[in-house]
Amino acid sequence: MMQLSELQGRRHYADRAFRGLALGAAGLVLLVLGMIAVKMTQRAWPAFNAGFFTSSRWSAPEGVFGALPFVWGTLYTAAIAIVLAVPVSLGVALFITQVAPPWLKKPMVSLLDLLAVVPSVVFGLWGVLVVSQHAGLGRSFLTAGVILAIMIIPIITSLAREVIETTPASDKEAALALGATRWEMIRASVLPHSKGGLVGAVMLGLGRAMGETIASALVIGSALGQLTLDPWAPGNSMPAVIANEWGEADEPHKAALIALAVTLFVITIAVNLIATAIVQRSMKRSHGT
Amino acid sequence: MRSAPVRSIDLGARRSWRTTQSALMSAAMVAAVVLVAIPLVAVLWSVFARGAGIVVRAFPAFFTQTIPMISRKAGPGMGPAIVGTVLVTGGATLVAVPVGVLGAVYLHEYGGSGSFARLVRFMATVMTGVPSIVMGLFIYLVWTMNFGYSAFGGALALACLMLPIVIGSTEQMLRLVPASLREASYALGATRSRTIVAIVLPAALPGIISGVLLAIARAAGETAPLMFAVGAATAYNPRLFHEANTSLSLQIFGNATSAFPAAQDRAWGAALTLVLFTFLITLIARVFTARLALKRSS
Amino acid sequence: MLSPVIPFASPLPRPRGQLTPGDPAGAFPLPAGQAVGVPTPRDFASLVDPTGEAPRPTEQAVTVPTPRDFASLVDRKAAVPLPDTPVVFDCEDVEVYYGAFRAVRGVTLGIREHQITAFIGPSGCGKTTMLRTLNRMHDVIPGARVAGRVSYHGIDLYAPEVSAPEVRRRIGMVFQKPNPFPKSIYDNIAFGPRINGIRRKAELDAVVEKSLRAAALWDEVRDRLKHSALGLSGGQQQRLCIARTIAVEPEVVLMDEPCSALDPIATARIEELMRELKSLYTIVIVTHNMQQAARVSDRTAFFTTEIDAQRDRRTGILVEYDATSKIFSAPSDERTENYITGRFG
Repeated sequence: MMQLSELQGRRHYADRAFRGLALGAAGLVLLVLGMIAVKMTQRAWPAFNAGFFTSSRWSAPEGVFGALPFVWGTLYTAAIAIVLAVPVSLGVALFITQVAPPWLKKPMVSLLDLLAVVPSVVFGLWGVLVVSQHAGLGRSFLTAGVILAIMIIPIITSLAREVIETTPASDKEAALALGATRWEMIRASVLPHSKGGLVGAVMLGLGRAMGETIASALVIGSALGQLTLDPWAPGNSMPAVIANEWGEADEPHKAALIALAVTLFVITIAVNLIATAIVQRSMKRSHGT
Repeated sequence: MRSAPVRSIDLGARRSWRTTQSALMSAAMVAAVVLVAIPLVAVLWSVFARGAGIVVRAFPAFFTQTIPMISRKAGPGMGPAIVGTVLVTGGATLVAVPVGVLGAVYLHEYGGSGSFARLVRFMATVMTGVPSIVMGLFIYLVWTMNFGYSAFGGALALACLMLPIVIGSTEQMLRLVPASLREASYALGATRSRTIVAIVLPAALPGIISGVLLAIARAAGETAPLMFAVGAATAYNPRLFHEANTSLSLQIFGNATSAFPAAQDRAWGAALTLVLFTFLITLIARVFTARLALKRSS
Repeated sequence: MLSPVIPFASPLPRPRGQLTPGDPAGAFPLPAGQAVGVPTPRDFASLVDPTGEAPRPTEQAVTVPTPRDFASLVDRKAAVPLPDTPVVFDCEDVEVYYGAFRAVRGVTLGIREHQITAFIGPSGCGKTTMLRTLNRMHDVIPGARVAGRVSYHGIDLYAPEVSAPEVRRRIGMVFQKPNPFPKSIYDNIAFGPRINGIRRKAELDAVVEKSLRAAALWDEVRDRLKHSALGLSGGQQQRLCIARTIAVEPEVVLMDEPCSALDPIATARIEELMRELKSLYTIVIVTHNMQQAARVSDRTAFFTTEIDAQRDRRTGILVEYDATSKIFSAPSDERTENYITGRFG
């Protein structure tokens, strides 16, 4: 006769402990994010006064901190980057998925991966010592936008490629069977199918462009109070200001810089969330559920 | 006997606006590819041409000597920055990889589609979007203000950046491990933790390593998170937890805006070193990815 | 406590009068010579030969069995009395749910020691689900739930104090698709002993050799124990999985369609192996293949699906459970007969 105790086995404390450890590791993500939000906001709180988002005057010695031009600079450079990067990324993604012969796909993807791992500071260095000096762009919104565009192209392209590849072959064949040319097939089957995902990919690129610090800091020109549409004008962006001014900042100044970081955090998170939502929704739809 | 004449059917291509348009668009795509290749080639050209200048001229002193205190002074080296980069990225890896892998294990092996796992997964996505400079300031507030400059502060900031990437790629790899392997292990009386440690993780290992290496390659080139935590040293500092340190990326950033050609040269040399370092890591990651593909196909 | 009575009798009338009517519920063994029917030239008798002569699966695979064929097929088997060994598993009114979906309901049966019990039935009838309740494999599927009582040697397997890993160590399982770990042959076999605390190399070596010999694989792999198990053929992999299961010295081996991914020759070897292992272990096998059930098993449980018209869902039910010789020669239930004669798919 078997006894119940025989089936109790050893007590699996190790099993419980491991589960707890894994749970703790996963929980750490929440903890870190929560701490970022709380700690930063706490520290930046004094700087968030009435003029922070409306004033365009930023003068550390006087203790006046109006962040409007920097918010503008961030949005403006990111917009330039997007305008430049989107057609190129889309073209490359379509080329890899629809046009390129199979043997060319792998090297092309590798090339993009290579572009993606070049450190941003190297692009910054190239931007400040080569592009701004020899390409006649100077240090300006436009230079920053161009450098940012180069940096986000691999991101947008690889996401766009993934999205486009989910187009069912039957959709494409349907168009081709009607005598459509390749471009007509892309327009009729591929693009409508991937629209949502492509928008999401672009938004993720936008988020990255806004948060990118070092390249902007090196080539944007570090001009104060620039609220202009002129792309050739030197300007400034939130991350660039933080990077360039932190070194000699004192107390109220530091709080203001952290307030800039909080603002940047909020904007990029919002953009990323919208992007993720769009990508997930379109992925779900394309998988037919 | 002659057969009736076959009506000839013209299946040749006909030129029309439609075919022209399609050809034009294909050409535009090729142009986009060229447009991407240009900056890549240009950047790499500059880095190799200008970087090799100083690196080769002062070889191997460039990699071993300390950084000149006076930046207009010409000559090597970047030794302390190389050590700093290794310390900072190594420290970040030591922090982020165990936490990230364990977190992914929780998400895939325990949490599944539960609400906590879904929340963590969502927040990890959010965390990937946090600008690196924000991470840097955060670590400044919670670490550097209390413990001062050190390589470890930078490592923590980089770890925060790596963590969601490691979680994401590891979870993806765990998803590729067939459920039948887990069942086989359970059926032998293995506990869950034993199954994960002895069967699931080893099966996913090449993929996990590949993901980790890509995260390292990304982190090694980061500058913004280090600016507030690492400080600025010019001499060797091999200690992870003590005193200010430096890194290749910080050196590039600092020297890039310098007016002195000597400093700019050092920036290019550091850039070359850094680019080679990240490419090397990416290359190793590819080897692991290939091994994974091999395993899956067999 | 063991429950002494295992009810098998179906309430439905027996279709064929010439058979011994109404053997008392649970009375084993069946009277010898019960099955009737003149063997046709094309019979399966050799397959069910309890001495386990080499079967000829390729030849039989194409034959569509008629009831008469099965009767002759199991003729020789029925001649050997089925021993009344102790009950290992005693299932009472078992139901399995996946979330809100009820996959199986009302299964009551007893499985006896050192015999091969086969679960047969059409796809989706819950035979695999039922098999997995016997070693708590449902625990690892989110949302799966077992109701009713499954006792193992009288102990409720689903009692809160019972440890699932311990249950599975004693009740091993071989799966439909061979699933060797991506490790060496040696490490595959040694995995089980290792997690059960065997560390010494000599001891492990002995277990590996013994298990591989028992699974009739030793001679084929003895020179490449350190090679990856993924390099073996499908049949070898499945025998490796059996060896791996035996290596932890289980009391029961559950097999979930162990031959469905294999060719006839590999299938024949596994069946031979099962007959050999019967003296050491209690075996429960799920199979799609009726000839296989007839060839290897001592008792057979026939499951089918019952369509819930209201919710348009299928639930698996146990139709009939009896000696294999009886199920294939004189089933008590019309549905069983329809299934084994191929009138119902």
